Amino acid sequence: MTGSDSTKALLEVENLKVTFSTRRGLVEAVRGVSLSLAPGEMLGLVGESGSGKSVTGFAVTHLLDKAGRITDGRIRFKGQDITRAGGADLRSLHGAAMSMIFQNPRAALNPIRTVGQQIADAILAHRRLSRQEALAEALQLLKAVQIRDPERRMSAYPHELSGGMCQRVMIAIAISCSPQLLIADEPTTGLDVTTQKVVMDLLAHIAAERGMATILITHDLGLAARYCARVVVMEQGRLVEEAAPLTLFHRPQHPYTKRLVAASPTATSRIEDLVPDGDGIPLVEVTELPPPPHGTPLLLDVKNIVKRFDDGTIGVADFSMTMRGGESVGLVGESGSGKSTTSRMICRLIDASEGEILFDGQAIGQIPARDFHRSELRKDIQIVFQDPNDSLNPRYTAFDCIAHPLFRLMNMRSGDKMRRRVEECAERVGLPRELLSRFPHQLSGGQKARVGIARAIACKPRLLVLDEPTAALDVSVQAVVLQLLNKLRREDNLAFLFVSHDLNVVRMMCDRTIVLRTGAIVEQGESRALFANPQTDYTRELVDAVPHIAPPVALQACPV
Amino acid sequence: MNTIGATLLRAGRRFVSSLPALFGVLVFTFLLMRVLPGDPAVFFASGPNAGKEEIEVIRRQLGLDKPLPNQLVIYLADVGRGNLGRSMMTGQAVAKDLRERLPASLELTLTALLIALVSAVPLGVIAALRPGSLVDHGVRLFCSLGVCVPTFVSGLLLIYVFYYLLGFAPDPTGRIDIFTTMPPQRTSFLIIDFLLAGDFEGWSAAARQLMLPAFTMALFVIAPLARITRASMLVSLGSDFVRTARSVGLSWWRIVVTYALRNAILPVITIAGIVFSTMLGANVLVEKVFSWPGVASYALDALLVSDYAPVQGFVLLMATIFVIVNLLVDLLYGIADPRATVA
Amino acid sequence: MSMTTIETSSTLRHTAFVLRGNPVTAIAAGGAVLLALMAILAPWLAPYDPIASDVPAALQPPSAAHWFGTDQLGRDVLSRLVVASRLDLTIAVTAVAVSFAIGSVIGALCGYAGGRLDKAVGRFVDVLMAFPLFVLAMAMVAALGNRVENIVIATAIINLPFYIRFARAEVNIRRNLGWVEAARACGESHVAVVLRFLLPNVLPAMAVQMSLNLGWAILNAAGLSFIGLGVKPPTPEWGIMVAEGARFISTGRWWLVAFPGLALMSAVLCFNLLGDGLRDILDPRMRT
Repeated sequence: MTGSDSTKALLEVENLKVTFSTRRGLVEAVRGVSLSLAPGEMLGLVGESGSGKSVTGFAVTHLLDKAGRITDGRIRFKGQDITRAGGADLRSLHGAAMSMIFQNPRAALNPIRTVGQQIADAILAHRRLSRQEALAEALQLLKAVQIRDPERRMSAYPHELSGGMCQRVMIAIAISCSPQLLIADEPTTGLDVTTQKVVMDLLAHIAAERGMATILITHDLGLAARYCARVVVMEQGRLVEEAAPLTLFHRPQHPYTKRLVAASPTATSRIEDLVPDGDGIPLVEVTELPPPPHGTPLLLDVKNIVKRFDDGTIGVADFSMTMRGGESVGLVGESGSGKSTTSRMICRLIDASEGEILFDGQAIGQIPARDFHRSELRKDIQIVFQDPNDSLNPRYTAFDCIAHPLFRLMNMRSGDKMRRRVEECAERVGLPRELLSRFPHQLSGGQKARVGIARAIACKPRLLVLDEPTAALDVSVQAVVLQLLNKLRREDNLAFLFVSHDLNVVRMMCDRTIVLRTGAIVEQGESRALFANPQTDYTRELVDAVPHIAPPVALQACPV
Repeated sequence: MNTIGATLLRAGRRFVSSLPALFGVLVFTFLLMRVLPGDPAVFFASGPNAGKEEIEVIRRQLGLDKPLPNQLVIYLADVGRGNLGRSMMTGQAVAKDLRERLPASLELTLTALLIALVSAVPLGVIAALRPGSLVDHGVRLFCSLGVCVPTFVSGLLLIYVFYYLLGFAPDPTGRIDIFTTMPPQRTSFLIIDFLLAGDFEGWSAAARQLMLPAFTMALFVIAPLARITRASMLVSLGSDFVRTARSVGLSWWRIVVTYALRNAILPVITIAGIVFSTMLGANVLVEKVFSWPGVASYALDALLVSDYAPVQGFVLLMATIFVIVNLLVDLLYGIADPRATVA
Repeated sequence: MSMTTIETSSTLRHTAFVLRGNPVTAIAAGGAVLLALMAILAPWLAPYDPIASDVPAALQPPSAAHWFGTDQLGRDVLSRLVVASRLDLTIAVTAVAVSFAIGSVIGALCGYAGGRLDKAVGRFVDVLMAFPLFVLAMAMVAALGNRVENIVIATAIINLPFYIRFARAEVNIRRNLGWVEAARACGESHVAVVLRFLLPNVLPAMAVQMSLNLGWAILNAAGLSFIGLGVKPPTPEWGIMVAEGARFISTGRWWLVAFPGLALMSAVLCFNLLGDGLRDILDPRMRT
């Protein structure tokens, strides 16, 4: 491995293999991984779902669930072989020598025990202290992870804390007995981007301060690049490349790394760069769409809509926007900003409490959402949903899913005409014809996303609402889907209302962007200008929080 | 301090929210009285042989000639005053009869609940700690069979084995041998009263009499309790927070008891209400099988001679007990799960 | 609408494949089929007349002539037991079917719509659930009249809360899923979404509940007749057979209780195991 002196290494993993016994027999999740880590080093372990990155982490800490087994290889910690460690050895290792931080921090904490008690439990597991002393130390740890009002948080339960705070508590527990190795498994996935930055900064700060070696397991290349000195890329249980982040980004060697780097959206990437050879779909010629001439009637005119929920909370307060035909507008915000609620009001799936929605000059806000399915305009406004896994009826085949709107909204009865139309839609989204007879559970995430898109465009809508269409997809699949959407938009002169939390994606996909926060518009404007030069503090904070990969300029300064 | 205040607040709120159900129960039993093929006026008359005029007078006195809503008000007022009518069978006020017999039923049900909890929770935990082991399979088999045997069959078979074949158990009728001197009444629970009186011979006689019916009833609910304990313990053991506990090297005992079991017990508390409901139902059958002098066998005897006032009183009593039990279960849950206090 | 493209043959093949992996479920399913056959063919299967008494042959223990012995009137226990399966299964199946049909639709509508309907139904369910259910059934049979139909009605009513709550919860967790909203974007009305999209998806889970409930319904009906409600002697019925045999248990006539008890137990066991098996097949996470 790259120049790490084995005598000094804190952790050495040699040819590690992990096998899971599943219902379908044995599955090798990690197929011979070797890596080493020096004391105090921060290593990024990057890969997409199923790459075996988390399994590697769990194997090192001996926290694999019962179905998983280390079948081959060696793990050395401070020169000592711990591959087959068990019982008391393991217990003295856990927490005291190495500890872990998990994805989904709220679930990782005991829901019915106070935060202070849980930290004290961890302290008492390895040190002879009275509970009082342990609690006093727990308070110091809460201060170290910079939780606001630590004295009060001591007696708080996890459900009373935000996700970010739970992760801080988790960090406090993990560092409570000063381990030399910390493995952070997707520590910020599921957190908002601003929270993600704060938590990661804290983690990096603590690791540096205490000289803790850290392995950051993540699917986000940008995140790894921002915080790690060295990045390792895994694919299908194998380690494919290892390099300093800048080298990796600008001179990727392995074909998989090349694809992954290209697919990861950055502050400067363009849609057409995402997939290197344009594999999958034929690329259309890329020309900037001219802005719609003045005087073009507005396609969508939303005036001061408000959504109050039954319990009195306000989901959206006074939202207005306009869109012209063929335009693409991004709706950006963190969780709870009201972006999904807004998109569903515009899509006429739920009613606004106040305000007006005009589509093509007609007041569609007047039609109750419960009757909108009978409207002529139903087929003109369609929607693509977030999670492809639950956006398809489990009892419908892909064909049925795409045929459904044709049947309902275009009055197409089954027959050749319908079949031809469904097949045409499938072809346009790059879905092989033989997959049409499959049920959702027989399709991959990317294929399900394609079916969802085909269903949405089947009736040739004029406005397509996209609610985080790629949030649940791996980045390489996301790249292909984004390209596909962009192609469809150009071909059909579709208007997009693109809802997302991912600023890089919105910048690429949208002409204009609206930033939402707690149900109100913070800022809006032409996408590139808005992100290059944010006018409000909140937007600036959002933009700064996105992990960026340094521009090529920095590469020249960096010896390769 | 804070938790006590929150618990009290929750208790108050839960009590208020159980009032509609309680009102519904009253209306239902009232309607039951209207539908039952008997004339309430007859119950309050001197007896089945009362003259027509006398019944008419009573009818007017009771307000049975008034429209239904008025009658409902009268009924509610009566129940409020503790007047549940009079039993033809015993010639006493139903409320008095029920009060006399309730301790016997409660003694039986609570003993059975205790037996069930003490055996089911450890069984479930052991099975969950060694999934797929022989113990686990044994517990699962027992659970599958346990819920299938009706209480009245298992009760009779226990009598056959322990009374007829082995002769361990005393004559399976009643709460105590009639020749035993009764202890002074303090709690009305025989096994406690005997203890308080220091009469150990009497205590063992009462306990022996209680064992078969209590076990019969317990057998029926051990299965669902053990099953839910096992399932929720498995969920707990596989949860993220137990993994966290392992990742910092907590001791086995702390992981299993403080982390896994305390969380796993929450669903068990939740279903305790349903289990208790099952037991109140099973109580009817068990009291019949063992001629146990409780409220259920009183109601059954009355039912068979078409004496309906005791039946109504019994139904009302059972529903009231159940509402109270649910309230208690809810409070217990509120104490056990900090998340519940917020919601 | 010709949207469903499931082929029957492939479904059957799939079921067969699944059953091979779950021998217990396969046995339970076989047992349920046998029970049904026994009920249908009862008059031809029973070796003796289940009602005709033969006093000289009273209270005989099991023998070659009377496999399960005879009761206090000399009636053949086996014959009574076989014929009784008709009544017991009919009561249970009818009651469960009725409460399923009513409960699932009401529950699904409540779960989807929420609001006032949901609250009102919730209150009604709360009142029903405020009674110990067996006691409630007892009171209803007493009030409505001591007849078999009323046992069916009472059993159906005490099952109702479970179906309402179950369907409500199942629909509620699905109502905001992408494919449900997608169906609306495809032009379906709310009612169509509930009845044609949500209900069919909830059905498999409901089938599990039904199977488990069948066992419970059998126990309830037998319990009611054991305490003397609903079925009148000399009608052969498992609960009443146990009740009649109870008088002779203290003198060691075990067969009068044991065999009808065994019949009850195996019927309930069949449906419970079938329900558990179905649940495992449908949702491996629920494996317990």
